[in-house]
Amino acid sequence: MGDNGSVWLPDPGTALAGEVDSLFWFVFWTSTVMFAMVVLAKVYFMVKYKRKDDRDVPAPVEESKILEAAWIVVPTILVLIVFTWGFDVFVKLSSAPPDAYQINVRAQQWSWEFAYDEGATSYTELYVPVGRPVKLNMTSADVLHSFYIPSFRVKHDVIPNRYTSVWFQAEEAGEYNIHCTEYCGTQHSGMNAKVVAVSEEDFAAWIAEQSQDLPPAVLGQQVFAQCQACHSIDGTPGIGPSLAGIYGEEHEFTDGSTAVVDDDYLLESIINPMAKIRKGYQPVMPAGFSALSQKQLDGLVAYIKSLE
Amino acid sequence: MSHSAPGLNYLNHAKGFKSWALSLDHKRIGVMYMVAVSLAFLAGGILALLVRLELLGPGETIMGPDAYNQSFTLHAVLMIFAFIIPAIPAVMGNFVLPIQVGAKDVAFPRLNLASFYIYLIGAAIAMTALVNGRIDGGWTFYAPYSTSIGNGILWVTSGVFVMGFSSILTGLNFIVTVHKMRAPGLTWNRLPLFIWSIYATSIVQVLATPVIGITVLLLFLEKALSIGIFDPALGGDPVLFQHFFWFYSHPAVYIMILPAFGVISDLMGTFSRHQVSGYKFVALSSVAIAFLGFLVWGHHMFVSGQSAVSSIVFSLITYLIGIPTGVKVINWVQTMYKGSVQLKSPMLYAIMFLFTFSIGGFTGIMLGVLAIDVHLHDTYFVVAHFHYVMMGGNVIAALGGLHYWWPKFFGKMYNETLAKIAAILVFTGFNVTFFPQFILGAQGMPRRYYDYLPQYEGLHALSTYGSWILAAGLFLIAGYLIASFFTGKKAGLNPWGALTLEWTHTTTPPDHHNFHDTPVVTRGAYDYHLAGHLFQNGGEVTELDLGGDGAGAAPEVAPLSHEPAH
Repeated sequence: MGDNGSVWLPDPGTALAGEVDSLFWFVFWTSTVMFAMVVLAKVYFMVKYKRKDDRDVPAPVEESKILEAAWIVVPTILVLIVFTWGFDVFVKLSSAPPDAYQINVRAQQWSWEFAYDEGATSYTELYVPVGRPVKLNMTSADVLHSFYIPSFRVKHDVIPNRYTSVWFQAEEAGEYNIHCTEYCGTQHSGMNAKVVAVSEEDFAAWIAEQSQDLPPAVLGQQVFAQCQACHSIDGTPGIGPSLAGIYGEEHEFTDGSTAVVDDDYLLESIINPMAKIRKGYQPVMPAGFSALSQKQLDGLVAYIKSLE
Repeated sequence: MSHSAPGLNYLNHAKGFKSWALSLDHKRIGVMYMVAVSLAFLAGGILALLVRLELLGPGETIMGPDAYNQSFTLHAVLMIFAFIIPAIPAVMGNFVLPIQVGAKDVAFPRLNLASFYIYLIGAAIAMTALVNGRIDGGWTFYAPYSTSIGNGILWVTSGVFVMGFSSILTGLNFIVTVHKMRAPGLTWNRLPLFIWSIYATSIVQVLATPVIGITVLLLFLEKALSIGIFDPALGGDPVLFQHFFWFYSHPAVYIMILPAFGVISDLMGTFSRHQVSGYKFVALSSVAIAFLGFLVWGHHMFVSGQSAVSSIVFSLITYLIGIPTGVKVINWVQTMYKGSVQLKSPMLYAIMFLFTFSIGGFTGIMLGVLAIDVHLHDTYFVVAHFHYVMMGGNVIAALGGLHYWWPKFFGKMYNETLAKIAAILVFTGFNVTFFPQFILGAQGMPRRYYDYLPQYEGLHALSTYGSWILAAGLFLIAGYLIASFFTGKKAGLNPWGALTLEWTHTTTPPDHHNFHDTPVVTRGAYDYHLAGHLFQNGGEVTELDLGGDGAGAAPEVAPLSHEPAH
């Protein structure tokens, strides 16, 4: 039935995902057989014992103690097998190898930030080396989120003021979807990213390149990946106003006041988004961006200034 | 009957708005609940159709993300708190339970009416959230998101808090009624299984509902006064909220499903004209499940940040509760064995229930497996699972019960042919809507998503088409039931040949006081072999079964009708 695996489950991207799948298929087929037995018995009885005479009053059936016991004992044994098996794989999923490569993950409405010890930071792509265990230490800047990679069968909630983790070891180079699976607001379904699994050499090269000091506007462009769910750079209004060519413009706010877009205004709007609300927009911008580093903030301001 | 004018019953003995609004009659209160929960079901259902329509294709189809997020949230709140929880206990429990125990009313009729108005007030408060600010994020109200949005949450939680009292008081009323008001001869071993299940439900309502009350109160205080309880920014713990929430909401799953077990037991016994297999097991396991249901809340939280050891313990206990539920399904199937099975529309729903609820049960086993749940948690697999349990379990059973008791409620038969067509539409529509969602979830489609990847489009579209078939079936049901008031044949005393007191000892529709003489019970609820004399003239029983208990007089009831409409 492995060929149907693609109908039910995405291709497993890790060895452990394969183990989860074996368990899935065991439960699936055991359940299917038992379900089929229930349905067949039901249909057979419906037809066989259909009322023929309206005056018919059938006698009660002597209940078989052995049969009754079997209904209880057999499923109990089956679920204990399934429980133990699931327990075993769960412990493996929960225990990262001690030598795992660690990446810090910060979730906020509605983006992911992946910070590497070497100094690199990425937002929409989580680069990982193939064949090496990777452990993600995750925390949230605002509300609950949940980090999910369907192909790796790993998921864990991401909680403010606390670290949680998942680990995996990608088997093949490729891209795998990341989703947020704990509801976190308007753009919850847009809070996606990708795992990019590459060879050790490519990974080392990527880390080296990313960890250099970037010009502020280039760094800002990378950080801006977190803003794209709501702010366009081509003039199209989204949940938030487009940022194309706003530097130097005069903006009107919901309270009727106005201001000219300068560096201070940009910085304030990032770290304290409720201070000034553009006319025609809702006060819905998350507050979590105040946690960005000064360097990232400088970069963002430089990048937004550069937009035309 | 000899004691009252012929043709007078609970529906027509008094007229006017006040005679309904201030009625202490459990039957009228049941009918008022029926109107109220039907409106909640209609509103929740329309929202569900809008949600499914939005998901027809990726991107914006008919509404933006905020409207979508609020639609699915309101759908859930309405369906769970205003519909499923009161549906079977407050409508059918209210109407049927006192008659089945042989009483003239519930133990506390005034409290019963108060419960109804408390429910209405609670539902109205919750609905004001529509105009009092956004509520999104689903019915679970997980902090700190729920306290970070507008003030709508204050109104919804207040509404849930108030509706909770209605649930507690109804449960209390039923527990006392079952203990103190059973007719002579109606021992615990002779009780209809519907009573057993409502009794078990009532225990959960009384014990669990205060916890959700306290939880939403704490959430309210955190939001209104910024006291740090759940919000980490204020020094609170968001996982604590989930523990509190599921400590109620898992038992609440049993508030939703146990009454369905009772309806199915009655339907299986009646339409198989046979003793319900494993009667004692089915009866007592309902009560056992009611208590065990308090020990498994953590299986909603395998990936929430509770300790791995807790997850393991919760997984194990979850299986202990799964076994008795599975055995019940086998008992219902076994009831047909060597019985005399009649496939009237209520029985079609019972048969359908065995199919859909079994799928819900088996996929529950799948979700209880720790390692698999990590993958499936918060995906469409879970959405499909609980719709198979809640709709495929509770709603299908409620439809079965509605078709079964409709003639008793209103004294009219509906069109049986249309009923069978509608049953097939509901069954088809339900499965086409929700089965693809299992595959979507296993493929990794997260729940509560406004937008999705193009690879999921086909199954989402199929699910949406299914929702239209399902809606057609449900509207057809509403249509012929309403039509039955005008064109339906008059219902006989006991068109299904059932043996419980609402069919054997009172008129159709029941008299205002249910019984003129206290019934004396001489056999179990499904002892058909002891009641062969009732069926000498065929399947439909047209005489009250007042003989045999020494009460004497043969009833002065002419046979009311002939055959139920086919």
